[in-house]
Amino acid sequence: MQQIPAASEPIVSLRDVKKSFGSLLVLDGVSFAVQRGEVLALIGRSGSGKSTALRCIDRFEKVDGGEIVVCGHRVDRPDVNLRALRQDVGIVFQSYNLFPHLTIEQNITLAPCAVKGVATAQAKDLARKVLAQVGLEEKLHAYPEQLSGGQQQRAAIARSLAMQPKVMLFDEVTSALDPELTAEVLKVIEQLAADGMTMVMVTHEMGFAKGIADRIVFMHRGKVHETGPASILTSPTTPELTQFVGTGNLKS
Amino acid sequence: MSLQLDFPAVLERWPSFVAGAVLTLELAAFATVLGALLGTLAAVGRGAHNALIAGACKAYVETIRNTPLLVQIFLVYFGLASLGLKFSAFTVAVAALTINVGAYTAEIMRAGFEAIPRGQIEAAEGLALSRLQIYWHIILLPAIEKVYPALTSQFVLLMLASSVCSQISAEELTAVANYIQSDTYRAFETYIIVAVLYVILSLVMRAGFWGLGLVLFPRRRRLGTPL
Repeated sequence: MQQIPAASEPIVSLRDVKKSFGSLLVLDGVSFAVQRGEVLALIGRSGSGKSTALRCIDRFEKVDGGEIVVCGHRVDRPDVNLRALRQDVGIVFQSYNLFPHLTIEQNITLAPCAVKGVATAQAKDLARKVLAQVGLEEKLHAYPEQLSGGQQQRAAIARSLAMQPKVMLFDEVTSALDPELTAEVLKVIEQLAADGMTMVMVTHEMGFAKGIADRIVFMHRGKVHETGPASILTSPTTPELTQFVGTGNLKS
Repeated sequence: MSLQLDFPAVLERWPSFVAGAVLTLELAAFATVLGALLGTLAAVGRGAHNALIAGACKAYVETIRNTPLLVQIFLVYFGLASLGLKFSAFTVAVAALTINVGAYTAEIMRAGFEAIPRGQIEAAEGLALSRLQIYWHIILLPAIEKVYPALTSQFVLLMLASSVCSQISAEELTAVANYIQSDTYRAFETYIIVAVLYVILSLVMRAGFWGLGLVLFPRRRRLGTPL
């Protein structure tokens, strides 16, 4: 095995990852790596395996074969320290999943207090800070159901940020939102990218992916079919990607 | 035939009625708190990966739900006695009622746990919370909130059902009534008064649960949708 200097070691790397649900092979030898500060967009049709690949990174799915290393954690191994892994990885879901019985502040302070033992006063300062980052300072004491979808998703991003993750995963985070609310969430993610956050995102927003992603991974039938810089979206080399971006997916 | 009611003859025994009503409320309070704990643990246990724990919890729930309360009370009462253990009628009554209501609570809480969306648990896992922390901070209160009306009805029902504890001479409201009617020969009046007292006790319990709901579910208080 080739020796790589620590500084350039990827934050996330998947090598030949395989995963089946019953007899259905959803990941058929997927490999890609994400460097520190890089933004990687996973795109592809529904059912192509992109969400499953993302969920494998945080071990919400166990892989059947291959190797996954995330921030030094061997995620493919059964003895991986899940709680240590998940302190390094933040994940944001399509359905926000804010805790409905807690205020936005409590949603944000819960994990830092319970997991990292941060003092309450400090955690509250942290909550104000991350909420300011997503432009929701005034919603500190609101309950999730009092917020719009876009605001809930931004609060969910803030909740994740409060754990100070080394990499953030976004699983179709704007799919439940109308174009206007989508725009406000994407603006927050753009700012994170500008601040140097390492991110892996599954998205259907091709225009956004093109604007923000350092690299695109196009998945097709459980494999990485085409990969490269964002420019592959405008000049794809495979017929599948050509067809995918040509079907009106690419908004400019 | 004319109906002649003589309430004063019965009402002059009011200190006994009050004592009986207080004891009934005490029985219900103890059995509610202990039964809620037991039932919640049994509901968690039924979902355990360990087949032995899950099986034991299921057996407990099914046994209790398919036998009469009075038989359960006698089993505890005579069971403890035949083991040579002496407890007061009150203690035996609390134990039997706890075991009984615990099984029903387990079923109701199980429904509450199952109503928590999978996404809530994934979000909590993604934040590195432990299993215990997830149950405590994320699942428990929303689960209780979802089944709160069913749960509180069950506890009021328990208070009413505690009248069968008169059979083991726990001096609760119905036992007091049995004694007074046999002493005064005014059975109809006695049980009318007892029925009214049970209604009052039910209303007291419902008011208590309404107040508890305000404390447990601050979100509903804030949004103006208290349970």
